[in-house]
Amino acid sequence: MAKVFIYPATSLILSDLVARFGHEPLGAALSIRERIQTPGLESPPLQITPEDPKKGLRYAAVEVPSGVRGRMAIYGPLLEQSEAAIIVTDAEMAFGCMGCARTNELILFSLRQRGIPLLELTYPKSEEEGVQFVKAIREFLAGLQEGGS
Amino acid sequence: MAAYTPRLVGTVTKYVFVESPDVMPSDLAIRAYEVSEGAMIKETCFGLQVTGMPEEVDRIIRHLRSIDPHHIFVKDRGFPPGDPRRCRANLGGARPGYFGHEFEFPLLRFVSCGLRAAEEAAEEERPVEIVIREARPALDIRKLIEIIESEES
Repeated sequence: MAKVFIYPATSLILSDLVARFGHEPLGAALSIRERIQTPGLESPPLQITPEDPKKGLRYAAVEVPSGVRGRMAIYGPLLEQSEAAIIVTDAEMAFGCMGCARTNELILFSLRQRGIPLLELTYPKSEEEGVQFVKAIREFLAGLQEGGS
Repeated sequence: MAAYTPRLVGTVTKYVFVESPDVMPSDLAIRAYEVSEGAMIKETCFGLQVTGMPEEVDRIIRHLRSIDPHHIFVKDRGFPPGDPRRCRANLGGARPGYFGHEFEFPLLRFVSCGLRAAEEAAEEERPVEIVIREARPALDIRKLIEIIESEES
């Protein structure tokens, strides 16, 4: 069972397919749950504290805005754990403020730099594309199993 | 800053989405309550939220998936249901994260098609079992004549 990072990190479709085909999806919910279930000082809504931008320094330079570094404190540990990744390139739902946009760019850049197996595809817009979409993900994940990841 | 004491520590919450012509969220909720051993189950407009210890939640999810495997989709959630930081009862308007679901929900039917096709392809790849049956002894001609005569008489 490989740990597979999914992009968009909140994607229902990717999370379901990765788990359905026997692997562990790494999405934003895991990091958020960790923060929500850790006691400390109240920092609503996501329990992101001033410590997080400091942790984000591991993934982004000091001159990068703290918003990006704070977000990278959530995604960075997931990127480090990931053994493979599935990226949907036309994910309009990942659209957000400038902090989100730059963080998304940094996530994609980091994934491509890591040299792990990557699958890039677009969301299906018809039944035929749906068949191809599921087939591509199924074969990619089956290849991870054969590769011993 | 006030001290923060988390609730439901050690639990996981999972969303169960159903996009099926045969199964409604209320059907899923009843089936989930049937097999639940203490997990919190919340019925929503799109399916369920299941909160509990990881093994218990996985067991319930496996059972729910088996009801309609191609039309039931599952993903993790960071917050437990009803959390005041996320629940729209406190915030007003759509819950943050709803828009992502709204974006992906219409695409689920295409993924369902893909899952059905993938299952059919897997069935075709599976080697066909050849069942060799032992040849039954043929019916004796005299016995056949007896049967025919007994039927005619």
